[in-house]
Amino acid sequence: MIFIPGSGKGNPSFLRFFFLSFGLQISNKRINIYQVNTFEQEKQLLEGLALNDRAVIEAIYRDNYPMVQAFILNNNGNTDEARDIFQETMIVLFEKAVSGSFELNCQLKTYIYSVCRRLWLKRLQQLQRYHNPVENGEETVSVEEELEVHEKHNTDFSIMENALARIGEPCKSLLDAYYIQKKSMQDIASDFGYTNADNAKTQKYKCLLRLKKLFFAQYKNGQ
Amino acid sequence: MDELLLIEAVERYLKGEMSPKERTFFEEIRKNNPSVDQMVVEHTFLLHELDKHAGIKAYKHSLNEVESKLTDEGLISRSQLKGKARVVFLWKKYKRSITVAASIAGIISIATAGLIVAYTKKVTDSNKEDLVAIIDTKIKDGIRSRQPSKTLPVPPTPDYRATGFLIDGKGFIVTNAHVVNRMKTIYVQNNKGEYFTAVSIYTDPNTDLAILKINDTAFRSVSNLPYSIKKANSNLGEQIFTLGYPRNEIVYGQGYVSAKSGNEGDSTAYQLSVSVNPGNSGGPVLNRNGEIIGIITSKNRTADGVVFAAKSKNIYKLLEALKKGGDTVTIKLPTNAGLKGLDREQQVEKMEEFVFMVVGN
Repeated sequence: MIFIPGSGKGNPSFLRFFFLSFGLQISNKRINIYQVNTFEQEKQLLEGLALNDRAVIEAIYRDNYPMVQAFILNNNGNTDEARDIFQETMIVLFEKAVSGSFELNCQLKTYIYSVCRRLWLKRLQQLQRYHNPVENGEETVSVEEELEVHEKHNTDFSIMENALARIGEPCKSLLDAYYIQKKSMQDIASDFGYTNADNAKTQKYKCLLRLKKLFFAQYKNGQ
Repeated sequence: MDELLLIEAVERYLKGEMSPKERTFFEEIRKNNPSVDQMVVEHTFLLHELDKHAGIKAYKHSLNEVESKLTDEGLISRSQLKGKARVVFLWKKYKRSITVAASIAGIISIATAGLIVAYTKKVTDSNKEDLVAIIDTKIKDGIRSRQPSKTLPVPPTPDYRATGFLIDGKGFIVTNAHVVNRMKTIYVQNNKGEYFTAVSIYTDPNTDLAILKINDTAFRSVSNLPYSIKKANSNLGEQIFTLGYPRNEIVYGQGYVSAKSGNEGDSTAYQLSVSVNPGNSGGPVLNRNGEIIGIITSKNRTADGVVFAAKSKNIYKLLEALKKGGDTVTIKLPTNAGLKGLDREQQVEKMEEFVFMVVGN
C-alpha cells in the first residue's frame, strides 16, 4: 500500500473508494467460498485450531487477514498494528476452541471481524487516536463477553510467565520436561544430570512448590 | 519435607496412581482436613494453568511462523511505508502530539534541571538496594517456634530482618543505619536462638552504620572476641567472606574485593563481588586472617554481583564521634587474631556466635 505525500488521512474519497472496492472484491470471493464452506467445515477448522494445526492457522489467515488489515489501515492504523490485532484475535479464537464450549452462531469471518474491530477500537481509544470508525460494510456480532474472558486469560498468562521467569533454571526446564513434555522421571534424571530419579523427583516437587508460591501470591493479589 | 510428601500424594491422587485402599484413605483425609482439600484444588488449578500457558506459547509460536511465511508470500504487507512518503505521513499523523510533547519536554527539562540542582545531595541512587529482609508471617512463626522457652522477652512479630556483629563483648553491636531506621523496637538473636532487646545508641547516615547496645539483663558479656577490626584499606582482589541472616538461619558467602570505592565513587566503602540477599545488611566482611574489613550495606539492583560494604575504619570514626557527642559509654574494640591461620570452616565456626540476627518492627 502506498501513501502518497499529502494524502495521509486526507484524500478520503480516493482511499475510501479503494478500500471499499477492495472489501467488496473480497466479500464477493468469500461468498463463493462460503457456499462451499459449510458449517461443518468451520467446525472442523476450529477443532484443528485447538490442536495447534498449522495448516488450519494458515487457512484462517488467508481467508480473513486481508479484510482485517483493510479495516485497520482504514482506521488510522498501520500494517504492524494490523498484524498485532489479528494475532490477538487468533488467540481469542484459540482459547475459545480449546475451551470446547465454542458454538459458532455466526460465520467464522463475521466473528473474526467483530473481535478485531472491537480490539482495534479499544486500542485506538487507549492510544487516544479514536475517531468515528470507517466501516467496511461487514456485519458484526457482539463480542464483549468473550473479550472480558480473554482479558482474564491474558493476565493469567502473564502471571504464569512471570512466575516461571522467577523460579529460574533448572526449575523451569525441569517442570517443562515433566508436566508439559510428559517425560519420565528416569529420562529427566539423566538429561539433567541427577544421580537418580528420586533426586530429580524431589527437586521437581521443590520447584513446583516455589512456582506455586509465586503464582498464587500474584494471582491472589490480582483478584 | 512434609509438604513434599503431601504434594507427592496429591499428585498421585490426581493421576489416579493410588490403590483403591489408599485412595479411600486419602479421600477421607481430604474430607476431614480442609487444608489438604485446598491443596488438591490449588494443585489441580496450577497444573491446569501451566498446561494452558504451554499451549498458548506453542500456539503463538505457530502463529508467528505462519505469519512470516505469509509475509514472504506477500499476503501480509511488510511493515511500514518507506522513504519520504512515510515521514510526511507520520508527521501529519502526529503533528499535534509532537507539538504537545515538545512543549511538555521543554517544561519538564527546565523543572528537572532546577530540582536536580536543589536536591543533588539528597537523592539516593535508585539502583542501590538496601539489604533488609521483610519477614512474612510464615517465617515469623518459625522464629517464634525456634526460640527457647526460657529466654525473654518474646518479640512481637518482627517485620524486618538484618545482620549485626559484636564489636565489644559487653554487648555492643554494629549494624547498618538503614536497618535501625526501619525499626522502632529492636531485638537481636544469636545463633543459639536466644533473643535480647537492644537499643540504638548511634547512627551515621553518611557511612550507613549504627551501633546497638544490648540492654537485656539476660545477656552475659562475652570476652575474647576472636577477630580484630582493620584500620587500613584492603587490597583489590583480596579474598573475603561474610556471614549473615538472609534467611532465618546463618548463611555463609565468599567473594573478593572488586573495587576500592563504593557506589558512585564513595571512598568510605568497598565494592565486593559476593552473593548477598535482603537480610545480609550489617553483616561483617572478613579477610582470610579473620580481620573485619567491612560491613555489608547494599547491592546494585541492576548489575550482577555488585555489593557495597562500608569500610571497617569507619567504625573507629564512629566511636570518636560518639565520644565527642559526650556519651559516657566506653567501647573497646577487639584486637585479637584468634582466627588467623585457621581453616575457613573453623573460622566460621568460631565467628558464628558473635554474628547476630537483628530483627524488629
